[in-house]
Amino acid sequence: MRGMRLGRNIQLGVKNLLLHKLRSMLTMLGVVFGVGSVVAMLAVGEGASAEALEQIRRLGSTNIIVSSVKPVEEQSSGAMQANMSVYGLKYDDETRVRATFPNVERTVPVKQIAKEGRLGSRSMELRVKGTTPDWFELVPREMIAGRRLLDQDLNDKSNVLVLTEYGARRLLATRNTIGESIRLGGDVFQVVGIVQSEESDAGGVQTLDSATDAYIPINVARDRFGDITSQRTAGSRSRELVELHQMIVQVKSNEDVEAVANGIEAMLQKFHKKVDYRMSVPLALLRQAEATKRTFNIVLGSIAGISLLVGGIGIMNIMLASVTERTREIGIRRAIGARRNQIVGQFLIETVVLSMMGGLMGVAIGVGTPWVITKFSGMPTVVTLFSITLSIGISMAVGIIFGLYPAARAAAVDPIIALRHE
Amino acid sequence: MTIAHEPVKSVRRADVVIRFDDVYKIYQMGEEKVAALNGVTLDIERGGFWAIMGPSGSGKSTMLNLLGCLDRPTAGRYHFDGHDVGSLSDDKLSDLRLRKLGFIFQSFNLIPQLTVRENIELPLFYLNWEPRDSAARAEELAERVGLGNRLEHRPNQLSGGQQQRVAIARALANDPPVLLADEPTGNLDTATGEQIMVMLGELHEQGKTILMVTHEPEIAAHARRQLHMRDGKVDRLEGEA
Repeated sequence: MRGMRLGRNIQLGVKNLLLHKLRSMLTMLGVVFGVGSVVAMLAVGEGASAEALEQIRRLGSTNIIVSSVKPVEEQSSGAMQANMSVYGLKYDDETRVRATFPNVERTVPVKQIAKEGRLGSRSMELRVKGTTPDWFELVPREMIAGRRLLDQDLNDKSNVLVLTEYGARRLLATRNTIGESIRLGGDVFQVVGIVQSEESDAGGVQTLDSATDAYIPINVARDRFGDITSQRTAGSRSRELVELHQMIVQVKSNEDVEAVANGIEAMLQKFHKKVDYRMSVPLALLRQAEATKRTFNIVLGSIAGISLLVGGIGIMNIMLASVTERTREIGIRRAIGARRNQIVGQFLIETVVLSMMGGLMGVAIGVGTPWVITKFSGMPTVVTLFSITLSIGISMAVGIIFGLYPAARAAAVDPIIALRHE
Repeated sequence: MTIAHEPVKSVRRADVVIRFDDVYKIYQMGEEKVAALNGVTLDIERGGFWAIMGPSGSGKSTMLNLLGCLDRPTAGRYHFDGHDVGSLSDDKLSDLRLRKLGFIFQSFNLIPQLTVRENIELPLFYLNWEPRDSAARAEELAERVGLGNRLEHRPNQLSGGQQQRVAIARALANDPPVLLADEPTGNLDTATGEQIMVMLGELHEQGKTILMVTHEPEIAAHARRQLHMRDGKVDRLEGEA
């Protein structure tokens, strides 16, 4: 019974609104833009936070990444020897970190050397990473074939190498790869495994691995290639002594990240004369992204709120005019036997229908705008079902809040006077 | 929604549908109090056809508001079909109008944005009828007032006489015992007005109680009894029940 009457009241409401199409449209505009901005705002905010979360997921929220960086002043003046710059993380740094902080789960040292890899007639530039088996725990990727590096490989100092899928395709094409030998400079390494890599193609998202990686035991890297690398740049030779290029520290839980990061920084400051390292804390990036998102949401939320308020007042204004205009109709309905609350219901439903129609149009705009933003700026946006539900809920609430007063005015109309109203 | 049927002791005779018992209606006009009804005592029998007449200011509009259960008396008792109107809440009065009364107005008072069908269905909508039943009822009534082919028209597409017939159909939709007509021919030409009066006469034949306010003696002559009001009081009553 009630449902039926609600259905017919909605029908009646739509009919009344269609009688004044332009007026209804103009009245709705405030809600249209208010709701549109809510949906669009949430989509942009959601997109930004999804991007940040993706970055954290790739880097690992419990990780602290310390990389060696060449200090600026080091470039011109020789530190130890002529044409040789010495900087970066030391093997001792890793040992010290592991020994000092009880909340550290594991540390992974990375020694990175650019080498040309050769297999038969094929060759490619590899980013050879001397590391430990723990690398594969920190950067979990699917094994396509073979196995990871093992502790055994370090103990035996075996010349073994794990290629990425990309590297395998480049060097070996369709041939079965496991067991093949790859030549790195003067040394021969046996391929024991192929791992999936997840190098980002979308801008901005960092990963620890790259498509051109090749993983070998760290002690093998040190023995075969040493700590000194030489480069030929613009006719002059420059040599660098870097023990570790990167150190990834994994702590036990998110709560430990900040304390350990501060501890490591203090330790490095103490043992390094110059700032020849850079720390990157994914969790801090997340916090930063969240703070930015919050500010963004507050600013846009206020704008959306104000436009919804203005929209609601516009609706109330028109509904009050409509009540005056339809005083006689109200009188007729009351004389026939409509109760006051039925008149309230009629006008309230009409207002809610109006604001909900505005809300639906707003959702259309709110879904379309992020699409345009993504298309032209490449900024990721995510329209969530939640934001759509929220917006429809808000427009309904606007209808109810700003419809109550006009509806109450309508119900307060005295039928005797209303029937004489011209 | 049912109206409590409290038996009213003073109304013993089953054939009395409306009873005024020393009814006063007093309006506050600034400092002064004006008695629009100044002690009216009157019984109206079930199935009666009454015309209420009187110059303006005689209290006939106030009578009409009371008869239509749109208003309550200031003092005295007014009984409508066994209900003491003065003691009823606003919602109960609405229910009484919905179930026991049909209104016919001088200016027809159809809702312009609704079709003939929807106008006739209006009381049934508030009575919560099933759409199918109320559609059938609207068709039957439109047929009865000779507008079976105009159901989907809007009021402004009809002549005055046709609009008043729609109003009569609407007044009959809930099958009320009492029909209240306020100058029903006031906006119609003589011939059309005559048709409407014939229709009201037929409804009276079928057993409806009809109460009509008019200032035209020719129209009042269609009624069985003529009640003349003056200065808020019953001046004289003519005709036989």
